[in-house]
Amino acid sequence: MTAEAAIPARRGMAWRAEDFARRFRLWITAGPGLAWIVLFLIIPSAILLAIGFFSIGDYGNPRLPLTLEPLREVAGYSILGWSPGNITTILRSLLQAVSATVLTILLAYPVVFFIISRPPALRPLLLLFVILPSWTNQVVRTYAWMELLGPRSGLSHLAQALGFIPAHLGLLPGVFAMQVGLTYNYLPYMVVPLYAAAEKLDWTLVEAGRDLYASGQKLFWHTVFPQTMSGLLSGIILVAIPAFGDYVVPTLLGGGRSMMIGSLIASQFTETPNWPYGAALTIFMLVFTCAGLAVFRVLSRRFGGTGAMM
Amino acid sequence: MHDAVILKRMQETSPRRAETDSGPRNERGAIELHGISRVFPGGLAAVDGIDLRIEPGEFFTLLGPSGCGKTTLLRMIAGFEMPDAGRILISGREMQAVPPHRRAVNTVFQSYALFPHLTVAENIGFGLKMRGIKSAERRQRTDGIMALLQIGQFAGRNPAQLSGGQRQRVALARALVNEPEVVLLDEPLSALDAKLRAELQIELLRMQKRLGMTFVFVTHDQHEALVMSDRIAVMERGRLRQVGPVADVYERPGDVFVAEFLGLSNILPVASHRAQVIETAMGPLRIDASATAGHSAMIRPEKIKLGSGPPDPAAANAFAGIIREAIYMGASSQYRVEINGVALTALDTNLSARDRSWRPGEAVSVEIDPGNIVLIPA
Repeated sequence: MTAEAAIPARRGMAWRAEDFARRFRLWITAGPGLAWIVLFLIIPSAILLAIGFFSIGDYGNPRLPLTLEPLREVAGYSILGWSPGNITTILRSLLQAVSATVLTILLAYPVVFFIISRPPALRPLLLLFVILPSWTNQVVRTYAWMELLGPRSGLSHLAQALGFIPAHLGLLPGVFAMQVGLTYNYLPYMVVPLYAAAEKLDWTLVEAGRDLYASGQKLFWHTVFPQTMSGLLSGIILVAIPAFGDYVVPTLLGGGRSMMIGSLIASQFTETPNWPYGAALTIFMLVFTCAGLAVFRVLSRRFGGTGAMM
Repeated sequence: MHDAVILKRMQETSPRRAETDSGPRNERGAIELHGISRVFPGGLAAVDGIDLRIEPGEFFTLLGPSGCGKTTLLRMIAGFEMPDAGRILISGREMQAVPPHRRAVNTVFQSYALFPHLTVAENIGFGLKMRGIKSAERRQRTDGIMALLQIGQFAGRNPAQLSGGQRQRVALARALVNEPEVVLLDEPLSALDAKLRAELQIELLRMQKRLGMTFVFVTHDQHEALVMSDRIAVMERGRLRQVGPVADVYERPGDVFVAEFLGLSNILPVASHRAQVIETAMGPLRIDASATAGHSAMIRPEKIKLGSGPPDPAAANAFAGIIREAIYMGASSQYRVEINGVALTALDTNLSARDRSWRPGEAVSVEIDPGNIVLIPA
């Protein structure tokens, strides 16, 4: 009774000097960051999303009236009727992203377990070697791969000799080159969260597993893997989402026959301008990504405990 | 459900007994250590040439201060560590080439090591599942052990949702459900508060007597060791100082370290020893004819008889003493009593509260029965 009465009383005095000071400090510290996010992320995104509901002007610019035409176009309907082109592009991007994510997982586990099996003093250095390349520009790194996979490179000569590709051709452009590029670029984003999870692995649980008759693969899947789940989920998010919309790798290594959603969106704002359509594609990507994140949120609650980054 | 019924069922639904019983029949659950040594990188011998036999069905305790090698020894029996020298036999079988998952040994870890991503029931059933036991039987056996340990109501919970004592029970159930020949317990009660600890000590003991498995228990807590064990091995710096039944080790410690580590003791250097009299700083003491020679005399505090009034001249070892310190502990009182300049610790049961509590400065009579003076070599 008295406690209930006390709460409204305190609320009434909310604007006392010390409360004011506390709020003031809060805004001073959080304010600039908040303003940055609103100005440079929220407002531009809102504008972009809004453009997706405009009609197409003569130069591809958005104009009134508002319409759902661009979104229909994403679904494949155009003046020439329905075509699966866009859907194919989206599915192809998704497949590339999933495949690159799986490859980074397969590569990251051995790398991470190699690093944590080294003496603790050496581990940060080894991890640095994994991260170091990502400090250079992605375009530069991808260009380097163009060299490495080009017709005159050692790898191409080897592939030619083994009969995988005709003489005088390189390993690019194509799906193979793109997978190499994506996996290479995003590997550090899988290794780092996985390392964070694996480094604080509770090895007594592994011992408990051995004590309870598990060995080999069973031991890994039942005692090690569940403990790395939180890192794995974070890694998947960090790799799959950017890989899905990647623009540089498909452009430089993928070639013309494998258009990706990133390139498709980019071209709507450059070569063949169609801003509302580009914006509509962006809306689709955003919704798609959010849906993916929602699924992950459920998964990480179920398996990762406090893991993941949401 | 009644314990005995559950137990009977557990045994009936246990086809594994026959399968693991390939060693000599009467050796099931016996552990033999021959010259076991383990040297850690850096040259420190954690375990240094240990020979030991643990009998089937015994509650055996490895007792010692931290760093004495008791946990390392336990880990070698479990198979987590390999000895650098020596042989380990469990149930009469050589264990050198046998990895942990093939040993009929289960461990209760100090940190419990419950799998956080599995429920209580899944944790308990883990070992059975890994051994490929069908889910119907697995369920029956986990239900049985959960009923026995009264944790059935937590079956669907995650370990994080349990209290320390409940986790302890789950960890124990997870080991016992496999019906191992040997259960290893690495300070399993050390994280619990005193009352719960005392409860679980008794429960653990009952469980061990019921199931008849060999329990090897590691602790640094001498009281726990005394309460629970059939036999104790006192360890220090990688070596066994003394092995024997609890009462033997307590009453007849082999050396000063054991005497001081296990319970309270008064150690008096022996100046000379002739016939049945030893010369000490507090005066001559009559000893038993059966006493062997030794450099120190040990007297347990509870074996010192205190009384009001002058010492009885007819008694064997009677002295006049002065109370220097008195600590009331409820069931008993602990005194520091000074005799001829030597301070002894004496424990007096508070049989009746009236005249049995002396204050510092009070004169008392002190009697020590010759049979209660133990001579120890060093």
